[in-house]
Amino acid sequence: MSGQSTYTPGSGFARWFDERLPIMRLMHDSFVDFPNPRNLNYWWTFGGILSFLLVTQIITGIILAMHYTPHVDFAFGSVERIMRNVNYGWLIRYSHSVGASMFFLAVYIHMGRGLYYGSYKAPREILWILGVIIYLLMMATAFMGYVLPWGQMSFWGATVITNLFSAIPLIGTGVTEWLWGGFAIDNPTLNRFFSLHYLLPFMIVGVVILHIWALHVPGSNNPTGVSVKDKEDTLPFHPYYTVKDGFAVVVFMILFAYFIFFNPNILGDAVNYVPADPLSTPPHIVPEWYLLPFYAILRAIPDKLGGVVAMFGSIAVLAMLPWLDRSKVRSAVFRPIYKQFFWIFIIVFLILGYLGSQPPEGWYLLISRIATAWYFAHFFLILPLIGLLETPRPLPESITKSVLGSAAGGAPSGSAASPETKG
Amino acid sequence: MAQSDTVDETRRDFLFVATGAMGVVGIGAIAWPLIDQMNPDASVLSLSSIEVDFEAVEVGQAITVMWRGKPIFIRHRTAEEIRVAEETPLDILPDPETDMARIERSQWLIVIGICTHLGCIPKGQSIGDERGEYGGWFCPCHGSHYDTAGRIRKGPAPKNLYLPPYAFLTDTSIKIG
Amino acid sequence: MAIRSACLSLGIVLALALAGPAQAESGSGKVETQKWSFGGFFGTFDRAQLQRGFQIVKENCAACHSLEYVYFRNLGEPGGPEFSLEEVKALAADVEVIDGPDEAGDMFERPGLPSDLMPSPFANDNAARASNGGAMPPDLSVIAKSRTYKRGFPNWLFDLFTGYQEQGADYLYALLIGYNEAPAEFNLLEGLSYNTVFPGHQIAMPSPLFEDGVEFNDGTKASVEQMSRDVSAFLMWAAEPHLEARKRMGFQVIIFLIIFAGLFYATKKKIWSRVKH
Repeated sequence: MSGQSTYTPGSGFARWFDERLPIMRLMHDSFVDFPNPRNLNYWWTFGGILSFLLVTQIITGIILAMHYTPHVDFAFGSVERIMRNVNYGWLIRYSHSVGASMFFLAVYIHMGRGLYYGSYKAPREILWILGVIIYLLMMATAFMGYVLPWGQMSFWGATVITNLFSAIPLIGTGVTEWLWGGFAIDNPTLNRFFSLHYLLPFMIVGVVILHIWALHVPGSNNPTGVSVKDKEDTLPFHPYYTVKDGFAVVVFMILFAYFIFFNPNILGDAVNYVPADPLSTPPHIVPEWYLLPFYAILRAIPDKLGGVVAMFGSIAVLAMLPWLDRSKVRSAVFRPIYKQFFWIFIIVFLILGYLGSQPPEGWYLLISRIATAWYFAHFFLILPLIGLLETPRPLPESITKSVLGSAAGGAPSGSAASPETKG
Repeated sequence: MAQSDTVDETRRDFLFVATGAMGVVGIGAIAWPLIDQMNPDASVLSLSSIEVDFEAVEVGQAITVMWRGKPIFIRHRTAEEIRVAEETPLDILPDPETDMARIERSQWLIVIGICTHLGCIPKGQSIGDERGEYGGWFCPCHGSHYDTAGRIRKGPAPKNLYLPPYAFLTDTSIKIG
Repeated sequence: MAIRSACLSLGIVLALALAGPAQAESGSGKVETQKWSFGGFFGTFDRAQLQRGFQIVKENCAACHSLEYVYFRNLGEPGGPEFSLEEVKALAADVEVIDGPDEAGDMFERPGLPSDLMPSPFANDNAARASNGGAMPPDLSVIAKSRTYKRGFPNWLFDLFTGYQEQGADYLYALLIGYNEAPAEFNLLEGLSYNTVFPGHQIAMPSPLFEDGVEFNDGTKASVEQMSRDVSAFLMWAAEPHLEARKRMGFQVIIFLIIFAGLFYATKKKIWSRVKH
């Protein structure tokens, strides 16, 4: 998608076709001959893993929709029939439900890698914001998908989350009833959630294409954060990164398969095997694990509207990240202070996740308020301040030098102590 | 040097082929459940064979049972009906078949009750139904006449009424499918 | 004030006890991890145990509880109690199933077939509540997956990777043997029973199992403990009828993936050996 195309059609037909629809050229330039930094580590394979998971979720989802009935009287039973009667139905359904968890696990690692290596910084701001949009779409998709089995947690989770919108001043009630298609969660809600749950993944695919496009304009970041300077610094995507990503996908599949076959329900909530009952609320309503940190932020604020604003704000702040982090150096490898605060941030995020699963009272509430405050302080105070105060370690002169060391004839690394400028 | 290059190349080729082969096998193994899920499921298959007891069906009467979404006609034939069916010469039949070939036990005629013309349900099961010129069934859609062995005798239908797979369990009960 | 709060807490306890489903997490520190034949990575059901479990369900539980997603044919399928075809037919024929409408437009009763779902004891939820003092006996089809208990740290973390998925069976077993005299200071409500593991300790279901309440064909002594164990195992199977197939296939898939990953890694190394990195 950038630079000179190296595609040469292999046959007369391929040339004829290429003159009319250069899709093979596009594929070749994007996924075969695309120059990637030669020093990418395994944290960079999660893009490929996420692509695999997106395709898996769409295929299993389309199949489940062949057998599922989006009606309050039949939804729970139709899921049970999938589990019991449909050939391999249990396998497909568990793949889909475990797949959602795996998707979030992979996306958190992918985002964490971006945070650590500064992949959000210029010239990759749009790439990063598109990623935040994908993440938001994923959360909406996962939430609506969780409603479909019509268990107790489906019903009450939907009730709680849709009620968030009632916090909007003046029009809140109207918006909520518009979402429900009634005065409570009921059949119209289930129907529209099913429709949207089927639609949103295809919107994710669309934004993913933009995400890859935006990636291929500046090219991938890399563990040093130093920009690619010449052809020496790169390797063609195929075979080097196709085989590396492929290997990572297979290793990830082992974890995926473990959960599908040996612990398919542990990542979900047992209460969701009780059919939805609008007259009885389960004692602890908790979202799926991947939404817990944001749920903790929601509950940490003692005001309804304030909580909702904080929760959405905690995601919106990610989109502002490229302008909050003032440091010119991308990679945390060369940012000793940022590196420490990065890990503190990860721990705070995990603590928030744990607190999201606990009742909001006593110590839990106090700690969740401190953690919430830290979460926002990390972005609005700590990052801008580190950018001003930190002295980065010297950067390598180029990717090749960092890989091959001084043996390649490079100057000692100390001589390259200039912060990165736009590549 | 050249020697070790070839050895190395062989090893590399083997690796690539083996990895590729496992990938193909893996994709095949994943594909099968995704295809098989569209086949009739366990609850459909459990209805794919039924047992029918027709002890109460008197001579000259008939019953209809549903099997895999299709009507099955079971007729307790009279001696006269059996005689006519057996004595019909084959050369006047559009779809020649002996009565023997269409029954297991001569008093019980068991056929799929769907006209072989365009899929209507022929009349002749209930008392008072028109049974057509040959005393079997009459299809009201386009006027096909079937005889007492369920064979097409007159009208547009090309074939005799089809026979379901069945086996007698007792003298008066069968398993269809 | 005191009276008001007492009323309030009584109301909460009552709501918990009557609403029934799934409030298993709180107030149950006494559930213990049991050893089950179907636990672990290679677990399989004990056929005789499942057959005994079904007998208990049939003779004890089915009067109030439905099993609405289980077909009679399931009882004969591989990986379950594996009754013979004749036994399955006889078990199905034992119950009357409502079918119809017939030619006159009336519903009629006929003996059950293997392809039938197990009939529910009540026509609908309200009928079930009315016959049971306001508490609805929950359906038992997936109850072993819908009940759990608090595992606490660090057990929940280990559970992620040890393949522990018998929370439901452990809880049901503890519940069934958990009937006891209420402590003197405990204010047990009229019509409820005291149970050591049920959240709130007041359960609408009276102790359902009695010593020698059923007579097992295989000569097993029908103690309450034995029956509780057997019925919990049966309910685990009812909730997860493909458990054995799942674990077996899982083993094959993981072995395949490990070998595949090994080959893939060798290929990757080979290709990357062309460049310094």
